[in-house]
Amino acid sequence: MSMAEDGGYNFAYLDEQTKRMIRRATLKAVAIPGYQVPFASREMPMPYGWGTGGIQVTASVIGPDDVLKVIDQGSDDTTNAVSIRNFFAKTTGVRTTEDTAAATVIQTRHRIPEAPLRAGQILVYQVPIPEPLRFLEPREIETRKMHALEEYGLMHVKLYEDISRHGEIATTYAYPVRVSGRYVMDPSPTPKFDNPKMDRMAALQLFGAGREKRIYAIPPHTEVKSLDFDDYPFDVQKWDVPCALCGATDSFLDEVVLDDRGGRMFVCSDSHFCATRRAEGHRGADPTNADAFLMEAAGR
Amino acid sequence: MTDTPLLRIEDLTVMYGNRVGCRSVDFDLYPGEVLGIVGESGSGKTTLLNAVSGRLAPTAGTVRYATRADGPRDLFAMTEPERRFLMRTDWAFVHQNPRDGLRMAVSAGANIGERLMGVGARHYGDIRGAALDWLGKVEIAGERIDDLPRTFSGGMQQRLQIARNLVTGPRLVFMDEPTGGLDVSVQARLLDLLRELVADLGLAAVVVTHDLAVARLLSHRLMVMRDGGVVESGLTDQVLDDPQHPYTQLLVSSVLQV
Repeated sequence: MSMAEDGGYNFAYLDEQTKRMIRRATLKAVAIPGYQVPFASREMPMPYGWGTGGIQVTASVIGPDDVLKVIDQGSDDTTNAVSIRNFFAKTTGVRTTEDTAAATVIQTRHRIPEAPLRAGQILVYQVPIPEPLRFLEPREIETRKMHALEEYGLMHVKLYEDISRHGEIATTYAYPVRVSGRYVMDPSPTPKFDNPKMDRMAALQLFGAGREKRIYAIPPHTEVKSLDFDDYPFDVQKWDVPCALCGATDSFLDEVVLDDRGGRMFVCSDSHFCATRRAEGHRGADPTNADAFLMEAAGR
Repeated sequence: MTDTPLLRIEDLTVMYGNRVGCRSVDFDLYPGEVLGIVGESGSGKTTLLNAVSGRLAPTAGTVRYATRADGPRDLFAMTEPERRFLMRTDWAFVHQNPRDGLRMAVSAGANIGERLMGVGARHYGDIRGAALDWLGKVEIAGERIDDLPRTFSGGMQQRLQIARNLVTGPRLVFMDEPTGGLDVSVQARLLDLLRELVADLGLAAVVVTHDLAVARLLSHRLMVMRDGGVVESGLTDQVLDDPQHPYTQLLVSSVLQV
């Protein structure tokens, strides 16, 4: 039984007028790809920094027939993901899933699922700081003007600093992109590994920043280009080893420390992708036999 | 060089409410010419400079600049993007305090490269090459290219600010007390450098200073301001050696002799 029925809360927690306000901001964001639209962000029953922006966007676009998936760092079973999934299960009664393909709305923190998304799906990002120019130009009035006049030289100053300090563009997450040849956008703290997936994605991408009160969007099939230099082209992270559990060589890997003697293994950050591959019979080196342990813990 | 003034100021007035910032100022500035503006604190020098350089909208009067593409244009009739583009390409502004003109959180190389990247340079090697070249021109060791400006001395910061401004090859430089706050030997080196650069690059400049010695060294012509108005103007040597207006006479005679 949902809280909507027993606790006096509206469907998806927010009241209908608030949802309309957020939908209007979202429509504007979709109409101007990459542009940050201000909106009247509400207090949510969770602290800022835990996804208050993403959760408001999800609450405004979700309907009774939707199927929701929530991931945090690619994983379906971390605290943040579980809490938000439970929140929506209680306040909407919608079906939830871990299956990327089965979901119609996916709320994410820090990752884009490895499986390609399709038309009709909505990917909602949680964004801490929406302004890509913020760390170089603290004045909001100035950054807005820079966006308005397409004065984006400063963004390259940051990349220049990276190369001069580290010999390469060392920005590995929140890597700035240019959307549809116009607005420079912060893709939220996703690893730059995921930037190419944003380019011409078939699904709708929505970004919500609760504390900063901004919504922005990338409509389906929109060009998203990562900024770079001619002689230092954009490149994504690579790993020397395949996933220890499923043997994948083309996914984003997390490092897992095994002991205090330097033991470690690398596993897919996308837990559903990894589990799907294992179910299909793929196996990695798995130094710990963690797979069997995980299967047992999950009661499978 | 040419008969068209680079900058033509006509009847320029800036009011701060009922108070006068500067009143009915006229002057022409030709390519390659350096104009000094002197006067005591509060005489309207900086207000005039800000209005002339497009940073402050005047109450009345016009500022016309001879753009490369379209000839003379009214600065405040331009669109804001045009004006801002002009400011970061054809113009330069050297602040009294280098912290106002530099980005203190990024390296010297990035400071110099910013204007280049702002006009579309996207080749790291070229940008770095230009930065090294300009560090050499302003007498800063190339090995300091990756250091933050806060690790530089005051004189070096000021020279870095000059390099950062001149890298796009501007035609017009505005300077607000460029040697203020520097000790005399550093001042002398900076003045030397500025004189060289202005001569080598054929820059036109408007230099605001309260220091008559700086004005004599740098400028070809001089304007003396008091209470927002220009009381006397002419060739620098003429104004300083044979001052006509009582205030200019006072100003010249107030300089301490060593």
